[in-house]
Amino acid sequence: MNRYETVFIMTPVLSADQVAETVEKYKAYLKENNAKIVHEESWGLRKLAYPIQKKSTGFYQLLEFEADASVILPFETEFRRDERIIRFLSTRMDKFHVEYAEMRRNKSKEAPKAAPATTEEA
Amino acid sequence: MADKNVRYLNPISIDTQKEKYCRFKKKGIKYIDYKDASFLLMLCNEQGKILPRRLTGTSLKYQRKVGQAIKKARHLALMPYVADNLR
Repeated sequence: MNRYETVFIMTPVLSADQVAETVEKYKAYLKENNAKIVHEESWGLRKLAYPIQKKSTGFYQLLEFEADASVILPFETEFRRDERIIRFLSTRMDKFHVEYAEMRRNKSKEAPKAAPATTEEA
Repeated sequence: MADKNVRYLNPISIDTQKEKYCRFKKKGIKYIDYKDASFLLMLCNEQGKILPRRLTGTSLKYQRKVGQAIKKARHLALMPYVADNLR
């Protein structure tokens, strides 16, 4: 079991419901494959630093989970097949990354303002 | 020939370079976050290029991590690949 962190960007054309549904789909996929979701974070609609597929904004979502290494490849294949996903990145977390992520989580719990702004609009 | 006649009243001050140090070693930062674009921007020039070690003083160990973090941030469109007037 390794700890992984995945950030993916969804197209801005989705409604809030569709975004939630998409996120739910990937969480369900992970759970099916005996992964434990440690943390999730929605950054909301953010401006991209450069256009991707002619889109200048996107919904960012972060998932932190513990899973076997064999899960990652099919998990990323799901992303590639999904038209709603415009970009994704999975990284294996080393011990310093895990430490940092926990610190960051505690910090955002103490001061909710410091956490990335979450927008509710579509 | 005029150049040779230029004289300075005071010796030109050559600014002595401050001792460089690695900011990550000094502050005990072990992990460089690719999600924190505003921090990574400090290690880039205004075109979005990664600043060399000789300018930032970062140790080799952490410069590699900085490079990786910036490249990840670029992939996720948190930072631009090319830009003008970033700062």
